[in-house]
Amino acid sequence: MPAAAGPEIERLIQLLARLPGLGPRSARRAALFLIKKREAIMAPLAAALQNAIEKIEVCRTCGNIDTQNPCTVCADPRRDGSAIVVVADVADLWALERAHAINARYHVLGGTLSPLDGVGPDDLSIDALVERASDPDVKEVVLALSATVDGQSTAHYITDLLHEANVKVTRLAHGVPVGGELDYLDEGTLAAAMRSRTPF
Amino acid sequence: MEWTDDGIVLGVKRHGESSVILELMTHDHGRHLGLVRGGTSARQRGVLQPGNALRATWRARLDEHLGNYTVEELNLRAADFLGAAHAVHGVTHLAALCRLLAEREPHAAIYEALEAILDHLNEPHLAATMIARFELDLLAELGFGLDLTSCAATGATSDLIYVSPRSGRAVSREAGEPYRDRLLRLPAFLHGETEPQSPRDLADAFALTGFFLDRHAFAPRGLALPEARAHFVAAVSRASQ
Repeated sequence: MPAAAGPEIERLIQLLARLPGLGPRSARRAALFLIKKREAIMAPLAAALQNAIEKIEVCRTCGNIDTQNPCTVCADPRRDGSAIVVVADVADLWALERAHAINARYHVLGGTLSPLDGVGPDDLSIDALVERASDPDVKEVVLALSATVDGQSTAHYITDLLHEANVKVTRLAHGVPVGGELDYLDEGTLAAAMRSRTPF
Repeated sequence: MEWTDDGIVLGVKRHGESSVILELMTHDHGRHLGLVRGGTSARQRGVLQPGNALRATWRARLDEHLGNYTVEELNLRAADFLGAAHAVHGVTHLAALCRLLAEREPHAAIYEALEAILDHLNEPHLAATMIARFELDLLAELGFGLDLTSCAATGATSDLIYVSPRSGRAVSREAGEPYRDRLLRLPAFLHGETEPQSPRDLADAFALTGFFLDRHAFAPRGLALPEARAHFVAAVSRASQ
């Protein structure tokens, strides 16, 4: 079947189709939209992408991604340097920042231990975390990892490694989410919430 | 093709944006994989955690296809053991052991043993005892069972305290004494109905099963013993102190 558009446009559609949430059909729509708004959207988008390619770096301290190194979080003197929040991925860091949950520094592991996916301790930024935690200024390491078997395996593994470091190791609570109705919660979450109940 | 069976989640692997490939240890169909559409949703993620028991229906046009699973929860026990180091490492190790079994070959006894262990995973000492026995059973299921009924040298059936690393057969105290440095220690609970008497018994049991698992099951596949196993043994040891 002959192509409906030139190779440049087909290439654009193919690349857009690789983005999360987009399939071939929606990539075609997105490409058409960009082409129609060439000056208003497409050119600034291309410039923004080019700029991002040139400037984005992985923070050498925490593993966050930013346009400066050390990243904005690590360079911020108002951050509490006595606590390190350990997250699996940059998306988790962003989620905690959106929630203004804690004014601490972070450490991005780059994933969680997963034997099925072949991810072992050497594939994660665990050694760097242990080194950071051994700093006398660090008093607490908060393990903000998923409430999954892989996430908690990683948490327990790190806890073992931090045994020698003189830091308090904490983890996020597991339980009822805000707006969650007990009737609709799964039994596992309910049981975990009941076990972690606190004085009121 | 369609069947419904009870299964225990061994692991999930993301497939595309919203689906996962679910690996189940089922009662009648052995270790069996299938696609779960929408498996990455918030609701399904909690259900598809290793250790959880599910009732799964598998459908495919042909038997050799990957097929699709639809699942409903039977026992979401994973949430119970997330807080215990020995338990999360234990379930990871058990999944790695089950992966030694060929796909789609029924191993009902292994399934039942797995279910029993998972029900007691929160009790470190009992779980360790059961996992050590499970490792022996798994070796037998793989065709490398140890003969712990009588002494390889004398035929004696009592006072068996060693295992020959060469033959995998028990050796009595008397016959093994001159070679004790080269033999593996056999704790009584591995060939009797007794319970481990000390942490040393458990350590000896894991040294014994680890030796033969490595030799017969992991090394021939180019694999090392799972790291989760060492973490599990260490966590049990800490919990026992």
